[in-house]
Amino acid sequence: MDETTPDAAADRPRRRHSLPVRLTHWVNVAALFVLLGSGLQIFNAHPALYWGHTSTFAEPWAAMTAEPVGDRLAGFTQVGPLKIETTGLFGLSDGERRGFPAWATLPSYRSLADGRRWHFFFAWVLVANGLVYLAWGLASGHFRRDLAPARAELSPRRLRVEIVAHARLRFPKGAAAHGYNSLQKLAYLGVIFVLLPLMVLSGLGMSPGVNAAWPWTFEIFGGRQSARTLHFLTAGLIVAFVIVHLAMVLASGPIGQVRAMITGGARRGTLEGDQP
Amino acid sequence: MSRTAPHRRGLLSGLGASLLGLTLAGCDQLNRNPAVKAGLARAEGLTQAAQRLILPRTALAREFEARDISPDFRANGTRRPGEPAYQAMVETGFAHWRLQIDGLVEQPLALSLDDLRARPARTQITRHDCVEGWSSIGQWTGARLSALLDEAGLKPEARYIVFHCADRLDPHAAGDRGLYYESLDLVDAFHEQTILAYEMNGQVLPVAHGAPLRLRVERQLGYKHAKYVMRIEAVESFAQIAGGQGGFWEDRGYEWYAGI
Repeated sequence: MDETTPDAAADRPRRRHSLPVRLTHWVNVAALFVLLGSGLQIFNAHPALYWGHTSTFAEPWAAMTAEPVGDRLAGFTQVGPLKIETTGLFGLSDGERRGFPAWATLPSYRSLADGRRWHFFFAWVLVANGLVYLAWGLASGHFRRDLAPARAELSPRRLRVEIVAHARLRFPKGAAAHGYNSLQKLAYLGVIFVLLPLMVLSGLGMSPGVNAAWPWTFEIFGGRQSARTLHFLTAGLIVAFVIVHLAMVLASGPIGQVRAMITGGARRGTLEGDQP
Repeated sequence: MSRTAPHRRGLLSGLGASLLGLTLAGCDQLNRNPAVKAGLARAEGLTQAAQRLILPRTALAREFEARDISPDFRANGTRRPGEPAYQAMVETGFAHWRLQIDGLVEQPLALSLDDLRARPARTQITRHDCVEGWSSIGQWTGARLSALLDEAGLKPEARYIVFHCADRLDPHAAGDRGLYYESLDLVDAFHEQTILAYEMNGQVLPVAHGAPLRLRVERQLGYKHAKYVMRIEAVESFAQIAGGQGGFWEDRGYEWYAGI
C-alpha cells in the first residue's frame, strides 16, 4: 500500500507504530483495565440483568445468586432457562455472596461508591483519549492508510487463507509484517468504531441526567435496563478481543511486539529492525 | 510455549498469580489513599459541569404511560423506621405531623398533609433509577417544591435545600450522623418535576416508600429521593450538617451530584 499512497511522510521512513498510536494505546490499556474492574464492582451491587425500561425482579434474563443447597450455600449463574452452579467464581466466592469474585473487582472488597469513583474518572480518560485518537487518525490518514481494508483484502478467498494462517499461528514476517493484515484491520475497526462507541453510548444510556437531556440515549436501546445489559455484553466482547489480541501478541513474538508498541519499532524499509 | 518444561510452566503460572495478587493489593492500596480518592472525586465536578451544559434547567425527565408502571417497585434503604415517635405518627395517620420549612426563609412554614394537598400539585409517571443498577416505574403525586419555597420566600443567601428525614439508616453512627438527609441546589429544587410526593400509584404513599412525604428529583439517582421527609431547611452551605457532604450516602463516599 505504501507505494500507491501519496504520503507527505513518504520521504521520511515511518515507524511501525506512530507516537500518537502508542500513547493512546497505553492510555487505553490503563483505562480499560480500571473500567473493567470497577465495572464488575458496580455490577456486583445488583448482579442481575434485564431487558426494557425496568427491572422485572422475579425474572432477570441473567443473574448470579447464592442459594442454600442442603446445609451449605452455593453460587449459581443463570442465563435464560439455563442455571448452573458456579461456587467459587460467580454468585458465591470466598464464602461471600458476590457476583464476580474479589480478584476481578476494583476495589477487591465490596464498595459500590469507590467503584463508581474509579469508573467515572476513567470513563472520562477513555473518552478524551478516544477523541484524541479519532481526531489524529482522521487528520493523519492513519485510518485510511493503515486500517481501511482494500477491496482485495476482503475477498472470501483471502480471508479464508488468513483465517487458516492465524489458526496455525503463522504470521507474516519481514516487510509484510509492517502493515496490518485484513483480520487485524477488521478486528481493530470493529473495536474502534463499534464496540468502544457502543460502550460509551450504553453507559450514557444509564445516566438519568443524560437521559433527561437526550432521551434517545436510552430509547435507542429500548430502555435503561436494555442499555445496562448491552453495556455488560459489549464489555464481554471487548474482553474477548483483548484475550485474542494478547494471544496473538504472545504467538507472534511478544518481546518484539511489545517493544514496537513502546519504541515505535523499526522504521519502514529497514531490515535489521524486523520483528522476530 | 510447547517446549516449556512443566516446572517452568508452574513457575510461569505462579508468577502470573503473584502478579495478579500484587496488582490487586496495589489497587486496594491506591483505593485507600486519600490523595487518590480526592483525585478520582474530581471527575464528579466534570460530570456535573458537562451534564449542566447539555441539560437545560427546564428539561423534563421522560414520563411514561400508566401501563408502564412496575408492579414490583422495590423499596430500598429504610422500609419501616423504628423510631417510636415515627411509629406513633403512623398510628394516627400523620394527623399531627407537620412539615417544617425553615432556615434561610422569610416566612417559616409548618404544613399538615391537608395543607400540602391544597398547594400546587403535579402528577408524573417516571422511572426510578437506583444507584445499584435497577429501575422501576411509578406514578407520583405531590406538592411542587418550587411553589412551597416561593411561599416561604428564600433569602438571597440561600443556595441549597436540605431535607431532614425521620429514619435512622445507620444505627451505629453517633448523633445526627446516622439520620437520613439529602440536599439539592436551587436548579433541581425549582425544577418542574421536583415534588414532595404524598401519593404513589394513586394510593396514599406507603410506609415502605417514605410516608408521609418523599422527595422526587427525577433527573438524579434514587438515593437523592429522600423518604420520610420531616423538615426542609434552606442553607448557604451544608458543610456543618452531619458528615458535611450533603447527604447520608454522600457522607459515605457517593457523589453529591447523582445525575450519573
